[in-house]
This record gives sequence, C-alpha cells and structure tokens, in this order.
Amino acid sequence: MSKSQLTNKHAVKPTSAMNTLQSMNDNDAMSFNSTNHASNALAEVACAGAPIDASLPDYAIQIKDVKMVFNMASEQLNSLKEYVIKLIKRQLFFSELLALDGINLNIQRGDVFGIVGTNGSGKSTLLKIIAGVLEPTEGSCVVNGVIAPLIELGAGFDLELTARENIYLNGSLLGYSKSFIQENFDDIVSFAEMHEFLDMPMKNYSSGMVARVAFAIATVIVPDILIVDETLSVGDMFFQEKCERRIQELIDNEHTTVLFVSHSIEQVERICKKAIWIDKGHTQMIGDVNDVCETYKNSQ
Amino acid sequence: MRKQQSFLRERFAKDSYIMTTLVSKDFKLKYRRSVLGVAWSVLNPLLMMVALSLIFSHFFRFQIENFPLYLILGNTLFDYVSRSTNYGMLSIIDAAPLIKKIRVNKAIFPLEKVLFELLSFAISLIAVALVLIFFQIIPTANILFLPLLMLYVTLFASGLSFALAAFAVYFRDLVYLWGVVVLVWMYATPIFWPIDMLPDYMQTVIQFNPMFHFVTYFRQIVLWGDTPSLFSNLICLGMGLATFAAGYLIFRKLQRRFILHV
Repeated sequence: MSKSQLTNKHAVKPTSAMNTLQSMNDNDAMSFNSTNHASNALAEVACAGAPIDASLPDYAIQIKDVKMVFNMASEQLNSLKEYVIKLIKRQLFFSELLALDGINLNIQRGDVFGIVGTNGSGKSTLLKIIAGVLEPTEGSCVVNGVIAPLIELGAGFDLELTARENIYLNGSLLGYSKSFIQENFDDIVSFAEMHEFLDMPMKNYSSGMVARVAFAIATVIVPDILIVDETLSVGDMFFQEKCERRIQELIDNEHTTVLFVSHSIEQVERICKKAIWIDKGHTQMIGDVNDVCETYKNSQ
Repeated sequence: MRKQQSFLRERFAKDSYIMTTLVSKDFKLKYRRSVLGVAWSVLNPLLMMVALSLIFSHFFRFQIENFPLYLILGNTLFDYVSRSTNYGMLSIIDAAPLIKKIRVNKAIFPLEKVLFELLSFAISLIAVALVLIFFQIIPTANILFLPLLMLYVTLFASGLSFALAAFAVYFRDLVYLWGVVVLVWMYATPIFWPIDMLPDYMQTVIQFNPMFHFVTYFRQIVLWGDTPSLFSNLICLGMGLATFAAGYLIFRKLQRRFILHV
C-alpha cells in the first residue's frame, strides 16, 4: 500500500484551482456519459471538435481513484433456479473480487504508455474502463478524443459474412460512416493484404488473417487514442512488424496517444516511453518505461 | 446546448448506420443458402394460412366471412410481434462478445431485431395482397392507414423487446418462459376465432389485450374497409407509446450492468 502511494507521486498532480475546474469537467463528462456510457468514442468527436476548454489540461485520459469490484456470485447466476437456491443458502453476493483498487493515472496527449503486469492483474479491466465498455464501481475516467480500441481484434465480426461485408459491419460499429468506409476500403484491403479472399466467408479464415483485417479496419482512421491489447501476437512475423510500423507512424506523425499491453516486455520497451505496472489491481509503479520494466522483471 | 445537439445528431447518424448494417447482415444471413430465399417470407404466411384454414374451417366451423383472409391478417401481425420480441429478447445476450469489447449504444440491438422483423412483415404483406386478389376483394382507401398501424405495433414490439432483452440478461429462464407466454397470448387473441363467440365479460377482459386492438385495426382497414375511429387510433397509439416508454426506461436502468452478466 505504502509503495503504491509513493509511486502515485509520479503522476502529475493538478493544482487546486485546476482540480476544482477539473472536477466540474468530470461531472460534466460523467453526466454526458451516464446517458449512455457506451455510446461510442466517436460521439466525443463533437466535443473534441469544439474548442477545447483552456482549463482542460492536455490530458488524453484521466483516471481518478478507479475501483472495480466484480461480484463473483452474480457472474455465475444464469437462471432463476440458481438464484433462488443461492438465496436460500445465503450464498448470494458471497465473494467479491477487487479487480482494480485506487488506480490514478493521467495520460497526456501523445504519450505512449505501456501497461505491464502478470495475468489477472487487472490490465484488461483497466483498458475496458478506458474504452468505455466497463463502468468503474467507484471513481471516474475521462477520455478526451476518439478511441480506436483494439481489445481482442475482430469483435463484431460475423464469421458467416465475407470479409467485404465484415469491413462495413465492423467499420460501422467502430463509428465510421458509410462514405468513410467506401473511401478507405482499398486502403484497408491492401493493408490487410487479402485481395483474393475478399468475398470468402470469414469462417474460412485463419485467426491471423482475421486479425489482419481487424487491425487494418481499426487503424485506418487516425485515432486520438489507440488501445492495443495483445493483438499483435496473432499475426505472422511480417505482419507484426507491419503493425508495429503503423503504430509507430501514428505516434510519430499524428501524435496519437497509445496504450499498449503486451506480455512481451521487449516490445513494450521498444514502443512505449512510459509505463505503469499493475499488480493485483494496485498500481505498483508509474514512470519511465525502462525503470518500470526493469523493476517488473526483477520482481519475478 | 448546441454542442449537445450536434453531439446527439452525430450519435443518431452513427447509430442508425450501425442499425442498417446489422439489418442487412441479418437479412443476408437469413436467406443465405436457401433456394427460395426471400420468397419464404411470402410463402410461409400463405402456407400457414392454408393449413390453419383447413384445420379450423373443418373442426370449428366459425361463421367468418373470407376466413383465410381473416386468418392471414391476424397471423402475420401476431407473427411480427412474436418474432420481434423473441429475437429482441435474445439480442443483448447474442451481442455479448460485442458489448464486452466495443463501446456501442446497446439499445441498437433490440431495436435492430424489431426493424428486421418489420421488414419481414412488410414482405409478408405481399402474401396478404395475393390473398386479396384471390378473393377478389378490392381494398378501400382505408388501407392507407397501414403505415400508422405499423408504427403503433412497432412501438409496442420495441418496448416489449427492450424490457425482455434487459430482463433476459439477468434471468435466462425468461427465454424459455416467453415462448409459453406467447403461445397463450396467441390463443387469447382472436386470430382464428371470432370475437363474438366470447361471453360478455370476456369481451371486456380482452380489451386489455393490446394485440386484440392491433389485429382488429388491421382487419378493419384491409378486410372490412372501415375507417378506424379516432378512439381506436388513440388506444393503439397509447398502448404502443406506453409500452415503448416503459420498456426503454427498464432497459436504460438495467443496461449499465449488462456487461457484468452477459
């Protein structure tokens, strides 16, 4: 605990005046999101397009005291019968899992942030909260900008459909307009290198090929924030390199904020500039990528 | 204020595009690899009508004029509600992989299923037209009320789908239960029996069945060529709106925790 408090000092602390302003903004954003937290990142274009409040620091993502509690019992109850049995046995809401506890993280625009930690430490939960898929039990998460989530590539693909149809389907789910997809269709296809399989049902694709299409769709826009979660491990070596180049391009040319999760520490060190190490839901360390990775490696 | 307006407009444009791609996906998948394809949406109600009119005109001998037409009108409309609520109910559970990974407006999923079934219903109207031609019934101008009826019923079916989809996430038993409810509901709706066979008190009770009003409205404008009264319009609209509002509120209240349960 003391360690995590210590490391919190690394995070940028806003001044008190900024703090109040920021909390107002937080409320604003939360109420905006509360109508539908899951509306979509693109919806925020409207906000991002408007002149940005001067009081708003150059943060892409602000995470404040985020706590995430999963109810283990309620996750398994799928039917009324189970529910009644558990109720009678008084086992209901028995165990709680604290997936994240008191996470504070401010990510500035253009930051390339790695997230490291062992399996089950809460990395993906954190990414889901940032992507707006999960709502934190406590605390707030404010995101300024368009997010391209690459959490498990290919969500929203219907494998019965052909690649061509899936590009439109997935594109629409990511918030692209029809005209945008039409304009960029060739780019997507050539990036994924799959001209000849375009009209084949995707169930006949290998998982690597599915990942190619998904990556191509997700990165065809220039997102403000790119979330990459273990996605590069699926493709072959050459495609992995290609993806890395594309991410590097976004970082260098477009100042895209990148959140990067990978079990390959080398990859994190290569791509990221800063990093956070999470262990069992607690922040262990935030700081320069080399320091964090070094400490993380030595902790094993 | 303006910011919020453009925000809403943008969201609406995006959501409706998602909805169209999902409907077209469902449409493609439904008819993929079937020889007759879309023709089934016309053939199915016709075959049902033939089967039911054979059964009921022989066993029950109701005195209903143009019985097959009476039957197909009730049946297609009830089918629309039954199918859209059934698929709508499963929509959130089926969209689980998506909801877990992408940030989308969850209300899209039940609504999309209803719209897809509305499309099927519109196609099955061809079957109704064929039966009209067969019986040489020329519909009056009152048939122009049809879009209005479709609006009422769509509101109603969407509201039910919202509520069912939300509840089904928490209690999967509902999925099995609803099938039984729909069956009972179908028998409680005058689809193949005449309303005047009911005793007086039951005629009052049936007023609480929204499907009774919708089916009667449908027959009025297509079969009997009557102009539906303002009162029956208000009842149908009221039932549609109330169900929609209630269903949507339930859905909105429960949707925040969907992801933890799907």
